[in-house]
Amino acid sequence: MTSETAGVTRRHEFVLFFDVQNGNPNGDPDAGNLPRLDPETSQGLVSDVALKRKIRNYVALARPDAPGHEIYMRDGATLNLEHRRAWAAVMPEAKPEDQKKLPKEAKARELTRWMCANFWDIRTFGAVMTTGVNAGQVRGPVQLAFARSVEPVLPLEIAITRLAATTESDAETKGGRTMGRKHIVPYGLYRAHGFVSAPLASHPVKGTGFSDDDLALLFEALGQMFDHDRSAARGEMATRKLVIFRHATALGNAPAHTLFDRVQTLRVHKGEAHEIGADATDNWPPARSFSDYRVTVDREGLPAGVEVIEP
Amino acid sequence: MPHHRVRWRPSVGYGIKLHVWGDRACFTRPEMKVERVSYDVMTPSAARGILDAILWKPQMRWIVERIHVLRPIRFQSLRRNEVGDKASSALTERAMQTGSTAGLGLVVEEKRQQRAATLLTNVAYVIEARFELTDKAGRDDTPAKYLSMFNRRAASGQCFHRPCLGTREFPADFALLTEDAPLPASTLPAEHRDRDLGWMLHDIMGPGRVSQFFRARLTGGVLDVRACLAEGTVT
Repeated sequence: MTSETAGVTRRHEFVLFFDVQNGNPNGDPDAGNLPRLDPETSQGLVSDVALKRKIRNYVALARPDAPGHEIYMRDGATLNLEHRRAWAAVMPEAKPEDQKKLPKEAKARELTRWMCANFWDIRTFGAVMTTGVNAGQVRGPVQLAFARSVEPVLPLEIAITRLAATTESDAETKGGRTMGRKHIVPYGLYRAHGFVSAPLASHPVKGTGFSDDDLALLFEALGQMFDHDRSAARGEMATRKLVIFRHATALGNAPAHTLFDRVQTLRVHKGEAHEIGADATDNWPPARSFSDYRVTVDREGLPAGVEVIEP
Repeated sequence: MPHHRVRWRPSVGYGIKLHVWGDRACFTRPEMKVERVSYDVMTPSAARGILDAILWKPQMRWIVERIHVLRPIRFQSLRRNEVGDKASSALTERAMQTGSTAGLGLVVEEKRQQRAATLLTNVAYVIEARFELTDKAGRDDTPAKYLSMFNRRAASGQCFHRPCLGTREFPADFALLTEDAPLPASTLPAEHRDRDLGWMLHDIMGPGRVSQFFRARLTGGVLDVRACLAEGTVT
């Protein structure tokens, strides 16, 4: 258990650009694992939970034994076991039947505080801990929205063969060969928006204690998480740019959407750059690398109390 | 119905209008919450949640009066991997008695559920609301104080936590509409402006967390919560 650290006291928003080359950034279970698509615009999607999974995996990998950096929702995690540890630490005398109900407010806070102090992802994203053994509910300061590709993507289906069969009957009927499918996006640049609500980190009652160090680790994870998530399905994925807006105060100094509007993506071809969807780009070949795009950040006349950080 | 006994205040004069919008929204119907299906429009309880995210104190309570629907009502389906299972408390009890955690595990991979959600896409609303002081308000707590606090925060984009459109993965953008500002243009098709939306959750209230439902009707593209509530509610 770590000593209690002060929570983040300044609001942040961030824009994350990542790209995929010949891979499937996030399969859609409803569409036979095809890359997720917005059916109205054909823009590619990556769900918030997919990104959070990668952040958790990165933190588990990068801080394996650091106190207070355990990952609650880990692969193969034992949720109720962790609740039980919280109970054991805070109320070792509690009987099992007492633990089915939410204890008195102060005790519940003690339980959740213990969970927050030990688990990085609970401190960050929050968690519903009302399973069986009741340890309350925490709302984390960090909130991620769906990532969306800046232009429509066209998923391709690639048929592949395997020179071995799984079952004996397959081996006989198919001559030992089986075929499979892979779905890839040839290239896609995705943009995700994130929010860090400082009061949910630093508020005396509702705060999870998500600290400036935790925030730095979050941004580190956003920068490197794809480097440790290599697989046959993903192709080449990489974080291309992270733009952070840091407010001077907990409640913020400007509307989030006006800050996000300052980050623009342009299509680039042979030295020309145009807004995405501009008529001039009609005959351009499809984007196939990050050099076909340019990301700009308008720093002119930033609202007072807002600073832009590009790590 | 209220959390605290309400001190009577005239309802005029302390109203606010907030324009909210976003790419997606899910105002989950309580009867379809495993595979979530959104209501057609924002519920009063979700609207209150957005206002609470910007300003809330125990001394006050938001009352949503009208919700203007500004964009066509359209749905999209989305399936995600979620963790579905709750570990059994009986198993936990046994484990605690034996002092061994063997067999207690809840392995995320094994408890996977793929759940589809039917979401709203590309939504925009204007929330018209007022607030009342609760009996926790002291002598220094005047409605004008909270009104100017809210207006100041909303106008400069400040919030206690980021408001969302039903669930946290769908953040809401917002802008304050001043008293004499015109409403943003609506693209809600004429044939959808007058609709019976059926029974809808009004809010979850009181210490008992009782769900109250009302008959929601769009009239000219507006969900007039007060008028619909006057038709009667069920809990």
